[in-house]
Amino acid sequence: MKEKTKVLDKEALNRSIVRIAHEILEKNKGTENLCLVGIRNRGAFLAKRLAERITEIEKNKVPIGVLDITLYRDDLTLIAQQPVVHKTEIDFDISGKTVVLVDDVLYTGRTIRAAMDALIDLGRPKSVQLAVLIDRGHRELPIRADYAGKNIPTAQNETIEVRLSEVDGADEVVIVEKNE
Amino acid sequence: MNKETTWVRKDLLGLEDLSREEIKLILSTAESFKEVSTREIKKVPALRGKTVVNLFYEPSTRTRVSFEVAAKRLSADVINIATETSSVKKGETLVDTGRNIQALKADIIVMRHNYSGAAVMLARHLDISVVNAGDGWHEHPTQALLDMFTLKEKLGNIEGLNVSIVGDIAHSRVARSNIWGLTKMGAKVTVCAPQMLIPPGIEKMAVRVTNDIEAALKNADAVNVLRMQFERDDEHAFPQQLEYLKNFGITEDRLLKAKKNMLVMHPGPLNRGIEISSEVADGTNSVILEQVTNGIAVRMAVLFLVAQGRDKKNETSN
Repeated sequence: MKEKTKVLDKEALNRSIVRIAHEILEKNKGTENLCLVGIRNRGAFLAKRLAERITEIEKNKVPIGVLDITLYRDDLTLIAQQPVVHKTEIDFDISGKTVVLVDDVLYTGRTIRAAMDALIDLGRPKSVQLAVLIDRGHRELPIRADYAGKNIPTAQNETIEVRLSEVDGADEVVIVEKNE
Repeated sequence: MNKETTWVRKDLLGLEDLSREEIKLILSTAESFKEVSTREIKKVPALRGKTVVNLFYEPSTRTRVSFEVAAKRLSADVINIATETSSVKKGETLVDTGRNIQALKADIIVMRHNYSGAAVMLARHLDISVVNAGDGWHEHPTQALLDMFTLKEKLGNIEGLNVSIVGDIAHSRVARSNIWGLTKMGAKVTVCAPQMLIPPGIEKMAVRVTNDIEAALKNADAVNVLRMQFERDDEHAFPQQLEYLKNFGITEDRLLKAKKNMLVMHPGPLNRGIEISSEVADGTNSVILEQVTNGIAVRMAVLFLVAQGRDKKNETSN
């Protein structure tokens, strides 16, 4: 693994979150019926940050939840490292709500497919939108983001690492090249 | 990537061979699964397309139903075989039965058997997963896991707890699995029974042994009350039922002398008025029905982990 370039530093990452918060409010005309659901692991922290920004702007709280999609993955039998199942924590009814799913990186779209299945097992949202910090392309399913912090075209042998201070000790996004 | 323990076993046969980390992994996975049963749609697709066979050589309702509910909430297909109505009656051996089930392309066998070691033997002969749902006097791992899950949920941490197990220790697989599990997790275990129901050599399992119920309850954070299995009393060595209640039964009077919040657990089915009085069984210290609810989450976790563990095993052997 070789670190190639830093695409977002702390300030740029923060500005992206502020902008997405504004875009969510603009598109949904405020916070009515709105809730944020972050996909474990880093999506959950991003959802929390987005909710804080939204509260600052609108002086209104939006409910946030955390979704664990392990049980809905389509590659449970393929991945080398067996995933650890974590809790889904959504303590409000999502039925009739506008749910903004939040994740760090949008890549093949399979995580989002799983997340939508998981979400719909919990209730019937009025609509589901998708916010991601990075869209790196290479979609394998017809899925797109409603809000993206940054579009970064990547090669298949590269990966995007989103690092957040809550888990990684720093706020930054880097492109990492896998060794052949 | 954080260094979390991963599960690599294809089977769950007992708690004796598990590490503390593996037990922790099952308990934390079960914590995640508990939420599924609170949903309106109580189902996740994790084991979609997998087949679970419940193979029961001993009558059991609660364990079998609990496994069946767990498997169905994971979207697996479940087949129940009660051996009284199967070819076992025609003399088929256990391994042959297992091989036939494997040939049907089932993925997991959940087995209850009256012989100690039956699950271990079956697992050795098969490539598919075997989950021990109780074998003779040997182990009943998922019962002990759900007992530990309940302790952890109610008291926060298992390490350092004083847990007393009261009743027929000699014939109890529940006691044995609990002792293995609890001591690995750092709890202090006391076993209490009439001397004839204490198996010789039990001290080697690092437990305190007593015949005095008051001593067993003093300072206990939880008491696990075992069922008196009168149906196993072939030699008529068991105490009389009323005598047992008087000397070892968990009654309100005894509860008053114990810690105020001591948890009362029981694996069921209850013999009211023998090992436990009705007031205690239905009282505020009792977590007996919560154990039943937790059993589903624990069994979901076990089925999920062994299914993945088997896949991992096949990969590494390629």
